[in-house]
Amino acid sequence: MQAVVERSSAEKNVYVEGFKALEAEGLAESEALRSLRRRAIEGFEALGFPTPKMERWRNTNVSRIAKAQFRAAERPGEVRRESLAPHVYDGTGRMVFVDGFFVPELSTPLKLPAGVLATNLVEAKKLHGGLVESHLGHHVDFEDQAFAALNTALHRDGFFLYVPKNAVVEEPIHLLFLGTTPETAAYPRNLLVLEDNSQATIIESYVGLTEEAYLTCPVTEVSLGVNAVLDHYKVQRESLAAFHIAVQQSWQDRDSALRSHSISIGGALVRNDLNGYLDGEGVSCTLNGLYLVDGKQHVDNHMRMDHAKPNGYSHELYKGVLNGSGRAVFNGLIHVHEDAQKTDAVQSNRNLLLSKNALAHSNPQLEIFADDVRCTHGSTIGQLDDDAIFYLRSRGIGEEAARSLLTYAFASDIVERIKVESLRQDLEEYLFTRLPRGEVVRQAV
Amino acid sequence: MSILEIKNLRASVEEKEILKGISLTVKAGEVHAIMGPNGSGKSTLAQVLAGREEYKVTGGKVLYRGKDLLELGPEERAREGVFMAFQYPVEIPGVSNTYFLKAALNAIRKHRGEKEVDAVEFLKLVREKMKLVKMDETLLRRPVNEGFSGGEKKRNEIFHMAVLEPILGVLDETDSGLDIDALKIVAEGVNSLRDQNRAFVVITHYQRLLDYIIPDFVHVLVEGRIVRSGGKELALELEEKGYSWLEEEASALATA
Repeated sequence: MQAVVERSSAEKNVYVEGFKALEAEGLAESEALRSLRRRAIEGFEALGFPTPKMERWRNTNVSRIAKAQFRAAERPGEVRRESLAPHVYDGTGRMVFVDGFFVPELSTPLKLPAGVLATNLVEAKKLHGGLVESHLGHHVDFEDQAFAALNTALHRDGFFLYVPKNAVVEEPIHLLFLGTTPETAAYPRNLLVLEDNSQATIIESYVGLTEEAYLTCPVTEVSLGVNAVLDHYKVQRESLAAFHIAVQQSWQDRDSALRSHSISIGGALVRNDLNGYLDGEGVSCTLNGLYLVDGKQHVDNHMRMDHAKPNGYSHELYKGVLNGSGRAVFNGLIHVHEDAQKTDAVQSNRNLLLSKNALAHSNPQLEIFADDVRCTHGSTIGQLDDDAIFYLRSRGIGEEAARSLLTYAFASDIVERIKVESLRQDLEEYLFTRLPRGEVVRQAV
Repeated sequence: MSILEIKNLRASVEEKEILKGISLTVKAGEVHAIMGPNGSGKSTLAQVLAGREEYKVTGGKVLYRGKDLLELGPEERAREGVFMAFQYPVEIPGVSNTYFLKAALNAIRKHRGEKEVDAVEFLKLVREKMKLVKMDETLLRRPVNEGFSGGEKKRNEIFHMAVLEPILGVLDETDSGLDIDALKIVAEGVNSLRDQNRAFVVITHYQRLLDYIIPDFVHVLVEGRIVRSGGKELALELEEKGYSWLEEEASALATA
């Protein structure tokens, strides 16, 4: 027992030391923001790393991360501009972060209408401290989520967006987070604040430029004012040895719309916590997700939607393609509060198993305290339809191509919903190259 | 030259013998109708020709243009020019009817050493064939058979056949459940493809289809055997007398 306690505190020490080092650097932050960090590290010390004994972590064991004890990178790794080419999207403005640091030389100017603030978080804390203070850490619960606490305490930089009333940011903003230095941790922190009647599109993509293990632990907080619209895309393409543990928390006011798309392709061990609080009448929240796992990859998507007011709409569709000995976990909770009459909530998780050793856990849940709602949930775990394969073959399409075609059809159902054309094409292209006989699929779709 | 030679074919499903020795020769230019009561083995014959693995061939052989058909996988049969119009076409969500057909056509053309068709050529071909089966253009853009009515599914099968232009077309009860208008459209589709180089095996339960697709030969299948063969007039005789007289003959033969 003694040994266990010692190890567990040793596991935490490296992060507490990291926090002290960060404090010693003398960050240009207000006392309020520094106190937020302190509360967060204390929160983490109290929580420790989650264990499989905790219900929410039953199927995802993060002891590998705890044992790894990665320290934050001291400086961003070298990245040549040319190596960005495969990871950027046409028609978007770009902010590039390397190992948690903002790198302006790799970024491009953003096209912004008057009054919109879009900058790295360090800069925002200097220039718009009041705005940052009034949102940062206010939405995400770091008292109960160890990784959110770690991020809150240890984040170095990230992205800050403030869209004032009635402003529309037309060009999508692409946040590219690169992991380049083995055995390090990065804690990108993003804050997206959209005031009433405003609109923006954000792409967060996470890419590994090293084959080695590292940890990315991002937190994104979203605040949507009355009638605001945010299209949010997250593309996770970390290295196959990387850990990626992310928390996204959104808060929505009346009639606002969040359209979230999450694509998870890379990473050895991946966890996405996606929490939404629908805090006004007529709020809509669409959550689409696609995860592809192969080899020994493990991807866990945990969502919680809180319907607090009437006439809310939340539709979740998460689809997974599992190959090799891949593991996927889906856990979705829709919580309908007593006042949230006429809630329309749909939650669906579909898993396609391509190999005998792949395994999916799916657990959609409803907690309903209102009496006049339309809530449905469902999950499927299945294989490709033999009759469909035979039908395709009997028309002349080879077996491998037939399987790929059906797999593509399953996955593209999510990809097709992406409105940023360059991003959608990039993902379609990815599927063509990843699937066996992709050239037949490319021609047939 | 024979397009299809079935010699003493026996086949089982789940250990139960369904086909008990069928022999049939189909020459180029011919249309053969196979009729018979429910459970006589008509669909089993179709499935064996299509290459369904659940149907085990336990004896005999099938030659297609001199080649052992049973050695070929379903896609190889299709590429060699065999087309199966299914009794229950499968719905395939997410796969566009047109694009899938283009992939199929190009797989077949590639196998024949022909140039693959591009999008423009393909669209021209598709428009032309669509008219033949009076298919609504929206059905092209929809996923394969998804949400199609029964009649639309059958017409879609004939549409696929018209685009793929097979050497041997096998129609498995394509007429079942069709109204007379849809039946005529299906028949027109088949008749438009009839020529000296192709052959058809039309499996049907009802004589009515044969008013529109005039067969050269009619075979009656009862309990896994062909009990009678004749010209188109045999179909009329069946229409008038039903199958029971042949079934009685067959059971008398089996017990003899």
